[in-house]
Amino acid sequence: MFDKTLAELAEGLRKGEFSSVELTQAYLERIKNEDNRYNSFITVTEEQALEQARAADAAIAAGTAGAFTGLPIAHKDLFCTQGVRTSCGSKMLDNFASPYDATVVAKFKQAGAVMLGKTNMDEFAMGSSNESSFYGAARNPWNTDCVPGGSSGGSGAAVAARLTPAATGSDTGGSIRQPAALCGITGLKPTYGRVSRYGMIAYASSLDQGGPMAHTAEDCAIMLNVMAGFDPMDSTCLNREVPDYTATLNESLAGLKIGLPKEYFSEALDPQIAERVKAAVAEFEKLGATVKEVSLPRTELSIPAYYIIAPAEASSNLSRFDGVRYGYRCENPQDLEDMYKRTRGEGFGAEVKRRIMVGTYALCAGYYDAYYNKAQQIRRLIQQDFIRVLEEVDVIMGPTTPHPAFRIGEKNNDPVSMYMEDIFTLSLNLAGLPGMSVPCGQVNGLPVGLQIIGNYFAEAKLLNVAHQFQQATDWHKQAPAGI
Amino acid sequence: MSLDRSDVERIAHLARLQIDESDIPSYTENLSSILNLIDQMQQTDTSGVEPLANPLDAVLRLREDVVSEVNQRAALQSVSPAVEEGLFLVPKVIE
Repeated sequence: MFDKTLAELAEGLRKGEFSSVELTQAYLERIKNEDNRYNSFITVTEEQALEQARAADAAIAAGTAGAFTGLPIAHKDLFCTQGVRTSCGSKMLDNFASPYDATVVAKFKQAGAVMLGKTNMDEFAMGSSNESSFYGAARNPWNTDCVPGGSSGGSGAAVAARLTPAATGSDTGGSIRQPAALCGITGLKPTYGRVSRYGMIAYASSLDQGGPMAHTAEDCAIMLNVMAGFDPMDSTCLNREVPDYTATLNESLAGLKIGLPKEYFSEALDPQIAERVKAAVAEFEKLGATVKEVSLPRTELSIPAYYIIAPAEASSNLSRFDGVRYGYRCENPQDLEDMYKRTRGEGFGAEVKRRIMVGTYALCAGYYDAYYNKAQQIRRLIQQDFIRVLEEVDVIMGPTTPHPAFRIGEKNNDPVSMYMEDIFTLSLNLAGLPGMSVPCGQVNGLPVGLQIIGNYFAEAKLLNVAHQFQQATDWHKQAPAGI
Repeated sequence: MSLDRSDVERIAHLARLQIDESDIPSYTENLSSILNLIDQMQQTDTSGVEPLANPLDAVLRLREDVVSEVNQRAALQSVSPAVEEGLFLVPKVIE
């Protein structure tokens, strides 16, 4: 049962092979028995899950069930869940039970989904390893000495360990795609504005985007059908028609034009990953695609531009955590300033403080033009490169990450070397483009991700491309040893 | 770009973050190396390039100026550290 995809579980529910309550109990039991090895959940919502499962079974019996009714999922712990702790992986929000649901959460509830719990993550989504979580590092099910990636590391680990068939994630600089790659699962970062950010605790508002993480592209399509769409509560959410993402999965790839950016196959890339990615591209050629080399010359600049823009927006967004309205407040504040400083000093971890300080510095009077404005100009240049290339090709492919999962603690004291791991994912967020990571092989027993990048609102095309690859290969079916 | 101890103390104050005395050297070192990474972008000529704030160059929507919020004060204050009669309590500000 635990190897089944959402699509297969939905069919089992429809045919009455098992009930949603049975399914939910099985996953809850598995989380209870197994998650001490992975630390992938921060909160398990057993009671609520069983209640939702009973309601789903009633809907199935009454014939009113939809495509998602009764299917279990987990939410990254930055999606606000009414009455359930929403910690964002931080001591600051350890005591915060959200008074309202994020739009994404509400949409899944509306669709009849069963929420198993909330997954571990880097504190305030700032990290590429899940090590900055207040609740401790999540562990990679392929090797529990290694990181699952981040920031949606708990979602990646939980899906890979078959503790949930699917989970939500959020992606500001690679936080869906990188853990998907490192955990051997499939993840999609949609176009900026495709999925509502309402109730998704903000890190960098012009880059953040929620998306699905699951075993297959088909499951990501089923989830995106629930998640995508206009929301008046998010001022940057776009009012554009949402296609049925499952409808075009089976289209042929004959004639598909693939671009391989030469900058993605630089010395920074592990040669074994390059080999796996090229083998995957060869698979697409067998499916009728043509391949050409393209150039994204500003790829390296995405790191400095991102590490100005994201911290600048974060320093502003996280000013709301002041100990006044919600979350942590320090003991016995002497005066207002003491309360602000100690609340924030004690409530935030080291990486969050670093990024707030970088952002504060960049936004200081006199530095704005040299840093923030300059970064936004580079962002335009990066976008122009993508637009130019996507006029020539349908999709861009390359590695999701330069290396497979690294060991827990390996990059802890060196933030810059951690930031370099994001080299292939950051630029999409800067440009607002959609991208996927799909399992395409292994290096030393650790999964490798193929990144597929498309034009604005081309999620259906990306899912079609990934699905066809998964019809021809079985990397997405591989499970860690002992699972 | 290299920061010194007083820069870090000033930035931490602006951000209203208390930093333990013993942690200041490591923040100074880390922030300096991050700023060195960031300074790579100064070598790129961006004259005449329009800054990109929204990837789709979308502008914020306007709506009718009508009341759209329902009063949720009690629910929203149920998660507050200190409230009294609908007000948030903070340490005394005015003597």
